[in-house]
Order: sequence, then structure tokens, then C-alpha cells
Amino acid sequence: MILELHDVAVRYITGDFKEIGIKEYVMRKLKHNYTVREFWAVDGVSFSLEKGDMLGIIGTNGAGKSTLLKAVSGIMEPTKGRVKREGTIAALLELGSGFDGDLTVKENTYLRGAMLGYTRKFMDETYRDIIDFAELEEYEDRPFKQLSSGMKSRLAFSIASLVRPDILILDEVLSVGDGAFRKKSENKMREIIGGGATTILVSHSLEQVREMCSKILWLHKGRQIEFGPDAEGICDRYQDFLDGKFKL
Amino acid sequence: MFQKMKKYRFLFEELVKRDFKKKYKRTVLGMLWSILSPLLTLAVMALVFSQFFGRSTEHYVIYLFCGNLLFSYFSDATNGGMRSLIGNAGIFTKVDVPKYMFLLSRNVQAFINFVLTLAVFLIFVIVEPGLPLRWSFLLLLYPIACITVFNIGVGMVLSALYVFFRDVEYLYGVFTMLLMYLSAIFYNISAYPLKIQYLFYANPIYVYIRYFRKIVIENDIPEPGFHLLCAFYALAMLGIGCWMYKKYNHRFLYYV
Repeated sequence: MILELHDVAVRYITGDFKEIGIKEYVMRKLKHNYTVREFWAVDGVSFSLEKGDMLGIIGTNGAGKSTLLKAVSGIMEPTKGRVKREGTIAALLELGSGFDGDLTVKENTYLRGAMLGYTRKFMDETYRDIIDFAELEEYEDRPFKQLSSGMKSRLAFSIASLVRPDILILDEVLSVGDGAFRKKSENKMREIIGGGATTILVSHSLEQVREMCSKILWLHKGRQIEFGPDAEGICDRYQDFLDGKFKL
Repeated sequence: MFQKMKKYRFLFEELVKRDFKKKYKRTVLGMLWSILSPLLTLAVMALVFSQFFGRSTEHYVIYLFCGNLLFSYFSDATNGGMRSLIGNAGIFTKVDVPKYMFLLSRNVQAFINFVLTLAVFLIFVIVEPGLPLRWSFLLLLYPIACITVFNIGVGMVLSALYVFFRDVEYLYGVFTMLLMYLSAIFYNISAYPLKIQYLFYANPIYVYIRYFRKIVIENDIPEPGFHLLCAFYALAMLGIGCWMYKKYNHRFLYYV
């Protein structure tokens, strides 16, 4: 067992508290105009993954996919339940974020590698491969902000996949880049899975999920609708749901 | 703790490098500027205040420099520290890293700046007639360690508050200015009645500045009680900071 979630729930808060000053906070409190809404973004999700599994998470917008990934990767602490992880984890949530526009491509690569928990020695050894795979040889010493968005996500993907984590999380990653790079990255994904890594993929492309994933988790409004190895069956039922054939 | 430090050492080094590059890369004078800026402040202050306060205070330029040196270290470290969480929100909302790393790396940068200015300060002391370098100067390491810990503590409190309330930035700006006037940087408190003089010891920055002046100018080693006071301020602040980080660690995410 490489990843196990047991009855995980995450309570999320939203409301007027963002980007306000002390003055406004006090005023709103006095006027009883200060509202904070709490809701369960993820509620009662349990599943477990073995080595080499590829989990596809499907669900409409607001289903809690991103929140669940944050709980899995340790960025958020589950309000209830527990997450058990083994080994290193590399999360690619929202591509291109977390890079620094003023640093060069090379510096950013090292920084990202460090964030993913690798050693300098390992990065020295892997750096060439990362740049080659991302096809950014000519841009190594350019500031990151000069790169196109496609190049940025190519770099992000290359770093995360070439450092060979035990668990790799990809959030809407494979839908970026041009056709040629997409093909290349899909092949890379298969290679990683073949190499024994456990992967979690969030994608709005049902085709991709059907084709690549060995297990499927279907979320709806934070709740777990289905989980299992029957990728085709779950995807079919999800498609029916999307077509409006039944309601949840 | 030790394991964790080993694990995140590489990240810490990369963060320090990043902060350093970002600060100095685009200015022609680069690192030189970080020494030049406190020197210019010192020059202006010496020019303006020598006439008023310099007559009653021996070695007035060194007296001023002690105050400026420590206060600008405090101000640089805490103002930078305040922004360290918000400035790195793009990272800690996407990757699971300890959040205090950003604050520590910013403090390392402020510390390097401080050491550069300290070197200039020691040159000033050597040049100043009647102030030889003494072995007791090694004791200065003690207030330096204390103020560094104190800065980290204040930075923790501020960076946490700044996540919740964005106007902390302006309030802190006003606060720093007031504290500057209360730290006896350019005036001498000996003209005040004894009771008021004691009140100055409620200001940690003043206490650290006083330590410097005792050693460098007065050739006097402070009493044990004075040492305790230095350590007390530093550790109390660090304690409050750690408590805030521990308490709000998982709440920061909702506010950025």
C-alpha cells in the first residue's frame, strides 16, 4: 500500500476575510456584515492505491478534486480522517505556478527540484535530462518570465516526471503543450507507471482517463460516488450523468 | 528536527540564493549599495545632529553608528520577514514545504547585509582616536545572536498577521518610525530623570544598542542581569512567533 485515505474530509472556509485590513474587519464585525461560510469541500473519501496504480479523478467543477489533491500531497491537513503516504511525492498542481519569473530557467529547475525534496547531487545528475526533455536547451539562462506558457508547463512536467517520485500527482497537466509534446509526455507517463510509480491524474478529458487509468475515483460535491478498478464502467456512468440521463 | 533540517537543506540554500539574486541582480551597485545606504543615513544624521547632541556625547559618530547599525538590521529583517509568507504564497499553496523556511531565508539575507555593515562599523571604530579594538569586542556576538533571534520572532508574528490583515504593512511602517525615535539612536538619555531612563529598557532594540555602546565606547562589560534581559526579549519573541506559526499553519492557505 503506497497511499491510503481513510474517511478523509476537508472543511473549507470562504467569505469576506480575504485581503481586508484590520479597520475593515472591525467595521464589518460591528455592523454584523462579516460572513464566513464553511463547507465540506471533501467529505468522506476513502481509497487506497498500490504501487504502479494510475488513479484518474473525475468530477464536475467544484467536486473537490483540487482540495483532495492538496490533502493527499500534505499541503492541507484533513479536518477528519487520515492520509497515509509512503515514499516521495511530487505534486503538479496548476502548472507554471511556484516558479519565479525573475530567476533563470536553470535556477528555477534547481529550486523546483529542491521543493520536491531532492538533493543537489541528484539535481546535478538529472538537470541535463530535464532540459533535454523539455526541449529548452537554448533557454537555460533566460529569465523564466520570457518563456511562453507552453514552455513553462513543459519544464514543470519534465522536472516532476524525471525526478522519479514514488507518487506523482498531475492536475490538468497533460492537456497543455502542443500535439508533439503531448504525445511525448503521455509516453513518459506510461514509462513512469511501468517503472512502478503511483500516479494520480485529474483531467477533464474523459478519453485520456479511460485510456490511461487503472482505477477511477468519481467525486461529486465533495462526496465519493464511485471508486474502483472498473475504469470503463465508471466512465460510462459518469458520461451518462454528464449527458443528464440521471441525477445525483 | 535534525532529520528535517537535513532534508530541507538544499531547499533552504536555493531559497537564500534566490532572495540574494533577486535583491542585487538588477542594481548596478549591487551589494555595494547595501553598505552605502546605511553609510549615507549615518552621514546625514551626523551632519544634522552633531551640533545638537554631539557636544555632550563622546565619540558621537560611533555612538550614532551603533544605533543605526542595529536598528537598520532590525528594520530590514522584520520588514522583509513580514512579506515572506505572502511573497511565497505561490509556492506553499502548491508544494508541501515548511513555511518558516521563507522567513529564515529572508533573515539570512538581512544578516549578511548586517555583517557587511558591521565590517564598515569596525573600520570606523579603528579609525576613531581613543577607541582601540579590544578582546571584549568578541562579546558583541552575544547581542548579535539575541537580536537575530528577536528578528526571527518578530518576523514570524508579522508575517502571520500580514496574511490575515494587509494593512499591517502600513501600521508597522508607522510603528517602526516611532520605535526609531524611542531607541535613542541619535540622542543621549542621560539628561532624563533616572525613572524615565529605566523605561528605555522596555524597548528591546534599545537594550541591544546599549550593549554595543557599553562594549565599544565605554569599555564596560554589562552585568549578568543585562545579559538575561537580552536573552529574555529574544526568546519571548521567538516563543510567541512559533506559537502563532503552529496555531495558524494550516489556516494561512485560506487567506492567500
